[in-house]
Amino acid sequence: MKDALGSVQSLLILGGTSDIALATARRLAADGRTRRIVLAARPSERLEAAAQDLRALGGGAKIEVETVAFDAGEVEEHEKVLGAVFAAGDVDAVLLAFGVLGDQSADEQDPVAAAKVAQTNYVGAVSSGLVCANALKKQGHGSLVVLSSVAGERARRANFIYGSTKAGLDAFAQGLGDSLHGSGVHVMVVRPGFVETKMTAGLPKAPLSTTPDAVADAIVAGLRRGAEIVWVPAALRYVLSGLRHLPRPVFRKVAQR
Amino acid sequence: MAADPDTAAADSSPSLLSGWGRTAPTAAQVVRPRTREQAAEAVATAGPRGVIARGLGRSYGDPAQNAGGRVLDLTGLNRILAVDLGTGLVTAEGGVSLHALMRALIPLGYFVPVTPGTRYVTVGGAIGSDIHGKNHHADGSFAQHVASLDLLLADGSVRTVTPESDPELFWATAGGMGLTGVVLAATLRMVPIETSRLAVDTFKLPDLDALMEKLAGTDADYRYTVAWMDCLAKGSRLGRALLDCGNFATLDQLPAKHRADPLAFAAKPLAEVPDLFPSGLLNRRTIALANEVWYRKTPAARSHLATVAGFFHPLDGLRDWNRVYGRAGFVQYQFVVPFGADAALRRMVERISRAQAPSFVTVLKRFGAGSPGYLSFPTEGWTLALDFPTGTPGLDRLLPWLDEQVLAEGGRVYLAKDARLAAADLPAMYPRLEEFRKVRAAVDPHGVFVSDQSRRLGI
Repeated sequence: MKDALGSVQSLLILGGTSDIALATARRLAADGRTRRIVLAARPSERLEAAAQDLRALGGGAKIEVETVAFDAGEVEEHEKVLGAVFAAGDVDAVLLAFGVLGDQSADEQDPVAAAKVAQTNYVGAVSSGLVCANALKKQGHGSLVVLSSVAGERARRANFIYGSTKAGLDAFAQGLGDSLHGSGVHVMVVRPGFVETKMTAGLPKAPLSTTPDAVADAIVAGLRRGAEIVWVPAALRYVLSGLRHLPRPVFRKVAQR
Repeated sequence: MAADPDTAAADSSPSLLSGWGRTAPTAAQVVRPRTREQAAEAVATAGPRGVIARGLGRSYGDPAQNAGGRVLDLTGLNRILAVDLGTGLVTAEGGVSLHALMRALIPLGYFVPVTPGTRYVTVGGAIGSDIHGKNHHADGSFAQHVASLDLLLADGSVRTVTPESDPELFWATAGGMGLTGVVLAATLRMVPIETSRLAVDTFKLPDLDALMEKLAGTDADYRYTVAWMDCLAKGSRLGRALLDCGNFATLDQLPAKHRADPLAFAAKPLAEVPDLFPSGLLNRRTIALANEVWYRKTPAARSHLATVAGFFHPLDGLRDWNRVYGRAGFVQYQFVVPFGADAALRRMVERISRAQAPSFVTVLKRFGAGSPGYLSFPTEGWTLALDFPTGTPGLDRLLPWLDEQVLAEGGRVYLAKDARLAAADLPAMYPRLEEFRKVRAAVDPHGVFVSDQSRRLGI
């Protein structure tokens, strides 16, 4: 159960090798109340290593860490794979953290590759998000944390394929949150700016860039106060609010930089 | 036929429930039985996520909620079944409030054996939390005044349990947070009173040492004592407090105008608090100001006659007073440490003051001998109760630090107020937990009775 200060005892991460998700898991486990962490992702050595790292945390209290084979693209399997996680015990918080960036310029010439970005980031999230939402609703409590992105707030020339999948995901998560209002389930949309992770390695840093640990802190703080939308860093809320209202010709110029 | 909200409808949609602190709400199907049969039916058909009884929802945390399961709203079982004016034995259903008991019995010359800081708790809740009051040093906890109770068990049967007939089940149920069954009715030993007024002496104590000394010195002379502490006071004023000490007044202590109706009881909530308060309204500045005003306006020592409501339940004058904390809610923290742990108590008061953690109602009291309940809270020693707005900066560090001090002294925190204790700390705080689990496993082998708190703490 989540406690009065937002600590969670059990955590399910979809996208179990995500830097942001693992930073969040470490941050949550630091208070010694987390007893079960499930990392759902495509099987890999990296995943097992992440699980091993988390087992070592917990400050004396034992944390059960399991890995589950989960592929965002295989939507037919989501009910079965994730259903088993919920059947084994209540989940206090789900972190929907998987996503791929794609390669914008290459993908523009390879529509199938572009569709795969959408398949993972949006379609896979709709399916797994609904499976988790329904399971959370049945247990009458829990938080679903959805990692969106400021890239979804206004599509940019440089990454509109990725951005549009996050726009879809963001809208889906907001609507889902409204549909679950009063059910005991809380949906939190997290909109980080440029985060320095393995996903963005090698890309030029954007202004107001942030780190996985900063996003993790914001998620933990958001869980505590039951926030519905969290911007990281918080100032991006106002930056994006301005950008959203720029006329197209001006935005094209600004976004080019 | 029109739907009757009072029948034990099994198909009602889930409602969001939280404790009085308004933190961590979860959804459950609420069923409000009006008869024992309906209650038994609701338990028998509870489903895989079980059932827990709920009274007036005054527990601060999550013991009376059951996410995804069923919650039995016991306030429909609200009849006083028998009154024996000769012996003072009163039998009441589990959903009868202490307010209702007072309204019915004070005019007849009987008072409840134990009352907490609110009258709006039920008899079932009072037993489940084995509540204490300002008279703990003299009279012990609530369950010690229960002669017998009718307990609805997981299999739908009802067992009459007395401390003599089945001491294990009785003392597992006392303080057992509703996890052994549903208290359908209980017989209480009421306390005879001559008048409905209290002769109160209030002492103003300038610091913690003076307060602790005075509390120790007044216990023998007064049945009811409690100190209201200013937890934000610093330095030489650390722990300054007002100490209220009282006894029920005898007839000859009443002024002439009250003698015609010495047992009058007319308490009712004065005003409803609207749900409009911003979450930050109660903060260190506003509470420090309130504490200052209230400390200064009180003379060094005074004696007066108080009403039951004025002395025992000052916050009941405002219905839904928890709303002043805003929607973010608040966290209560009450611990007890043995009398030898004076230094630790001082350290904790110092840290709370240094952190400037604003507790609006801070109460210090001395407990007498502990209750035999396996999970009952009171044990002999100092008990301090605090409440903090959930958004208080640093609260997530302060409370675990307090847990550590309490554990190191062999103390414990109160489950009826808890909303955030770590499961790992429970066995050390409640050393009789295993005995409790054994009794519970015997009467409820399939774990039908379950609450958010029992899930969280692994009770």
